[in-house]
Amino acid sequence: MSILVDGGTLVICQGITGSFGALHTAGCLEYGTKMVGGVTPGKGGLQDGNGLPIFDTVADAVAATGATATMIFVPPAFSADAILEAAAAGIAVICAITEGIPTQDMIRVRAALVDFPGAMVVGPNCPGVISPGRRVSGEGASARYEDGCKIGIMPGYIHMSRQDASTGKAVGVISRSGTLTYEAVWQCSNLGIGQTTCVGIGGDPIRGLGFIELLELFEQDEQTDGVVLIGEIGGSDETDAGRWIEQNMSKPVAAFIAGRTAPPGKRMGHAGAIIGGTDDTAQAKMDALRSCGVHVAESPAEIGSTMAAALG
Amino acid sequence: MKIHEYQGRELLAGAGIPVPAGAMVRSVDDAVARAAELFEAGSARVVIKAQVHAGGRGKAGFVTLVSSTGEARDAAKFMLSNRMVSPQTPPEGLDVKRLLVAAAVDIAAEYYLAITVDRSRNTNTMIASAEGGVEIEAVAERSPDAIKKVPMHPLLGLQPHQARSLAFALGFTGKQVGQAVKIMLKLATLFLETDASLAEINPLIVTPPGDGAPDGRVLAIDAKFSFDDNALFRHARIGEMFDPSEENAAELRAKNFGLSYIALDGNIGCLVNGAGLAMSTMDIIKLHGGEPANFLDVGGSATDEAVAEAFRIILGDDVQAILVNIFGGIMQCDKIARAIVAAAKEVGFTVPLVVRLEGTNVAEARRVLDEARAEIPTMVVATDLADAAKKVCAAASVTA
Repeated sequence: MSILVDGGTLVICQGITGSFGALHTAGCLEYGTKMVGGVTPGKGGLQDGNGLPIFDTVADAVAATGATATMIFVPPAFSADAILEAAAAGIAVICAITEGIPTQDMIRVRAALVDFPGAMVVGPNCPGVISPGRRVSGEGASARYEDGCKIGIMPGYIHMSRQDASTGKAVGVISRSGTLTYEAVWQCSNLGIGQTTCVGIGGDPIRGLGFIELLELFEQDEQTDGVVLIGEIGGSDETDAGRWIEQNMSKPVAAFIAGRTAPPGKRMGHAGAIIGGTDDTAQAKMDALRSCGVHVAESPAEIGSTMAAALG
Repeated sequence: MKIHEYQGRELLAGAGIPVPAGAMVRSVDDAVARAAELFEAGSARVVIKAQVHAGGRGKAGFVTLVSSTGEARDAAKFMLSNRMVSPQTPPEGLDVKRLLVAAAVDIAAEYYLAITVDRSRNTNTMIASAEGGVEIEAVAERSPDAIKKVPMHPLLGLQPHQARSLAFALGFTGKQVGQAVKIMLKLATLFLETDASLAEINPLIVTPPGDGAPDGRVLAIDAKFSFDDNALFRHARIGEMFDPSEENAAELRAKNFGLSYIALDGNIGCLVNGAGLAMSTMDIIKLHGGEPANFLDVGGSATDEAVAEAFRIILGDDVQAILVNIFGGIMQCDKIARAIVAAAKEVGFTVPLVVRLEGTNVAEARRVLDEARAEIPTMVVATDLADAAKKVCAAASVTA
């Protein structure tokens, strides 16, 4: 099992005719994701390079294909509208990959999403979500997979399904970073630890799903044996997650916080720093997580081994 | 993006928030002329303030109260011919090119008023304190209860009842209340209309009772704004306020190529894709006893030119070794590999170059680098992140 998406999830791409949308739709198809179409207003009725049907609206795409997940690649100025269009059309998992969406747009989107309790937004400014498939042939980057679902820009081959894991165990991965997630996943896979689902929640200050909502889903998922949590400097999300873990989580959690050497004062205005009332440095977050029983990796090269040790 | 105080004052005035009379000048003669106008209009004193983004101006002598045109000339001359050095500037200080010349007003009370994005509440929050004119961090530390926080509705913004409650809580009385409420509501509208990430008035002041203002007048004395870079596409007027001379030259050069770069003090140059991995790469260099020379995120869709520029910027930092750490997602490893080969031809790597590549198109990337080995004799290929950190730290300490 997995969370959010699995091998049966039907997926569309909003912005399928743009260069990134087209590139990554092909990448997802290659991984075995059930891509069933795309949306580009004004190009309804045409087909993309993979022979997928293109629709004018998300509602048309949902009616024709039964899609329940979407991958958004539309430019930042139009992304807020794209997210709300997907929610209004009944899409359940909305992955907003786009980087550079204005913060105020996301504040308004979050407020408007209250009307669509069934919609979950992953991102924006994130690599997406993947529930790894079973490897059926090949090695490394040329391996073929089945029954997996990759929605986004991550390289599929670094991931490992529970069935392929030599330890017989699989973890969930939640991360604010893109490429650092790949690093963590790669380390786990190399140690024979599979992944049920990996979710990039994105690097923006205002976003959809957060650490706690996803920890809750992983805690309930029978196939998930533990969780890797990757955070960074800024905000108080990791500290809040630590408190939630201490009170609610029965599965082991391994964490890494990036930015211990980041120069202070390069990121936020004065007033922003006092809002949370707590220290938002990497060291403060690592200390807070540790005090909540989370296994914290000192080095980014030890994320996998820290998770392995925590799994026992 | 940050703007100058005088630009912030213009935004406030444009939004209907009262500010004392004043203007920006670029020369001593203009400063004197403006001061003379203000004295003639009835101001007893005039304040001259250097326009730089860094704080600590007052203590550095770059905010001066003057009572005559002679004093105005001396102050302006000092500010325009000396570099301002404060704890918030680089050690060599900042060149001052613009001054604000404004009427100084008598102050009966000072307040702090700001709006910022509140990520823990997923909305914008107004922050206010009756202890104005000092740094809000100091107030937060000394008496956190003195700081009021009012979350704004994400769709409706600040509501009049919220502003009224806040004005009463801050201790405004009589006719001050209406003035303060108006300023709060207008600041909230301005914040939202300009996609600001910070709008700060410090101090917001009340003048002593006077003619036509039995309870005094509420005025904004200093203004600080930051804007969301991602929203500048819909705010041409704000974008025009950008002052490149306030930015670090190398960081600006990097930004123009879509690179995110911050110079640091170490001797190991880093070229990484993704902000989180770039920070982690700095972290692991430090864990292995090295010192990173920079943060550099090439992003996901950098062009060949941008990658070449990234190498030029890193080599300009006088580094003793370079670590390239790429985990390809959007970024294709072979593209980085080709850029390394091109950069080797163009700029030449005389220092050790440790390369760690993984992810999209890594096989092709390894082939490209293998073929170019003879052309890049200082290149070392690392197997994983820890190996890369070990190798680059060893190389840097040998070279150093």
